[in-house]
Amino acid sequence: MENLLEIRNLKISTLRGRQKVLLLDEVDLNIPKKCSFGIVGESGCGKSITANAVMNMLPYPLEVSHGSIRFDSRSGEVDILKLDKKALRAIRGQEISMIFQEPMTSLDPIFTVEMQMYEALSFHHPGMSRPQMRERALEMLHRVNIPRPEQTLTSYPHQLSGGQLQRIMIAIALINDPKLLLADEPTTALDVTIQAQILRLMNDLKEQNDTSIVMITHDLGVIAETCEEVAVFYAGQIVEQANVMELFHHTAHPYTLGLLQAVTSLGSETRMLYTIPGIVPPGGQWSEGCRFSDRCSRCTDRCRQAMPALSEISPGHWCRCWLNSEEVAQ
Amino acid sequence: MSGRDILLDVQRLQVYFPIKSGVMRKVVGHVHAVEEVSFTVVRREVFALVGESGCGKSTTGSAILRLIEPTGGRVIFDGKDLSALSDEQLRLKRRDMQFIFQNPYASLNPRMNVWKLLSEPLKVHFHLSEAELREQVEAMLKRIGMTPDQLTRYPHQFSGGQKQRISIARALITHPSFVVADEPVSALDVSIQAQILNLMMELQQEMQLSLVFISHDLNVVRHISNRVGVMYLGSLMETGDTEDVYRHPAHPYTQALLSAVPSHDPAHKSRHIVLEGDVPNPADPPSGCPFHTRCARCSEQCRQSKPELREIAPGHMAACHCV
Repeated sequence: MENLLEIRNLKISTLRGRQKVLLLDEVDLNIPKKCSFGIVGESGCGKSITANAVMNMLPYPLEVSHGSIRFDSRSGEVDILKLDKKALRAIRGQEISMIFQEPMTSLDPIFTVEMQMYEALSFHHPGMSRPQMRERALEMLHRVNIPRPEQTLTSYPHQLSGGQLQRIMIAIALINDPKLLLADEPTTALDVTIQAQILRLMNDLKEQNDTSIVMITHDLGVIAETCEEVAVFYAGQIVEQANVMELFHHTAHPYTLGLLQAVTSLGSETRMLYTIPGIVPPGGQWSEGCRFSDRCSRCTDRCRQAMPALSEISPGHWCRCWLNSEEVAQ
Repeated sequence: MSGRDILLDVQRLQVYFPIKSGVMRKVVGHVHAVEEVSFTVVRREVFALVGESGCGKSTTGSAILRLIEPTGGRVIFDGKDLSALSDEQLRLKRRDMQFIFQNPYASLNPRMNVWKLLSEPLKVHFHLSEAELREQVEAMLKRIGMTPDQLTRYPHQFSGGQKQRISIARALITHPSFVVADEPVSALDVSIQAQILNLMMELQQEMQLSLVFISHDLNVVRHISNRVGVMYLGSLMETGDTEDVYRHPAHPYTQALLSAVPSHDPAHKSRHIVLEGDVPNPADPPSGCPFHTRCARCSEQCRQSKPELREIAPGHMAACHCV
């Protein structure tokens, strides 16, 4: 397998009453080895459920209704969606791990940091002795720059700050040297100065460990700072995908352009901000044609009638829009 | 500043929260939430308070309007000392000063429809006939981009952006001259955030509002405010014209804070001044300058005495021994 992770034709649906409603529609993603890959979009675009599907832990009533997620694991290539529970447990936390948005609620409040770190180790290495586990845990806390690691090991989560807890989450996620780290809005709940610390840490760890990182965020600034390749999600689809430089400097899709202008016009001289009218349509209320057509200032009849395909407009740059790519870039 | 028309003058505002412990709920200490904060807001100006979570910016906002009783200091609003007013006098004054809350999901009563939500402030403060009420509510509703047929709907039937529009309408319907907006856009998505900010700026111009805008988002603050105050651990570290402070930050904390904002251009990644460690515990603040535990330019003097805000350029003040 050339890539570390290949998602093909992934569809995720939920139940609304007795009706099946599609939330993610035919998503294809390739995550190369040693890459930091960004997924960006507003709430309800399908970013987080994609990550949860990669871990095969979608909560009921969400389910994968179609597609495959192929992962290049240590024991060969596997389809995560077809694995049994035992095989999944061997992969989760060992080869693919995940960090979540709110460090304050994702650690268990009644166990010490030590217990939670040892759990991740002893689960995948049953033969490990306690001193060995302690040594490994301390090493990880050092790597994520926790001050006074010995003291932190015996602390409970409520005794630590948000920034420290997120470092511990990262330490637990990386304790078994995973090949893939899924980071779901890892810095959204943190302040900017702490965010800068955490992003620098994640960049350093990626360099040291050859881990691929999938960074899910709604903040284009975080993407610009940390990612190499970016996919923009809108209403359950990828609308644009490219190298980070290409995406920011030769933006093709009107939605990406709108997102960028909404944030960059903040620093500019103009008094009024650029806005995209309306809201993201929720699952089940997508239009027949282009899903962005209702909010797009350059919408034509063709956009309302038929859905554009995701097509390659220049090498490595994919866009889902009927408009001529060069015209949009202006 | 004598020639300018000062609407709000906050003088050495102080808010301490008691920490109670044991069965007898004995007071064992105080959280120093706001520590002698002073600033002024001129008429028709947007003054922003910016800082990280826990720095006391929201407490300052609430204490100005006496939603939280200040422990010390004075707030002079339109020539009157608010702390000296009786409850009834304060209630009458509230017509002229309003508050917009952060989370529109929590700040609107789920059992009241839009009509009740918007007519309630008018009923409390003015004696209007039913027809006058309806006229004013509908005018306001139209102004925020909604239609009269939505009057009978309840908050859960609206999206986050629409709910925040309703909260703004509810605050502005009594035509106040002064509004405190506490993180009004931080619970919203990027594209919705821009819509709400535009609406707030239009209304501020039209209604000639003075606004204290509280936010942790440095880009938003730069866009909306005329002047800015940077807070850290309950104290004001730097104030000045927004462009001045953003272009030439004087205080080491402001410099670090501004450098931490991710740039939106992958070709020019921002050079972060990464601060080590965490914000100290406000129940046990460090001696001297509150920032000295994380400051790269910390000296002996910083550990011992707390610097006062002083003018370093016309209209630009900083609390630091080193500048």
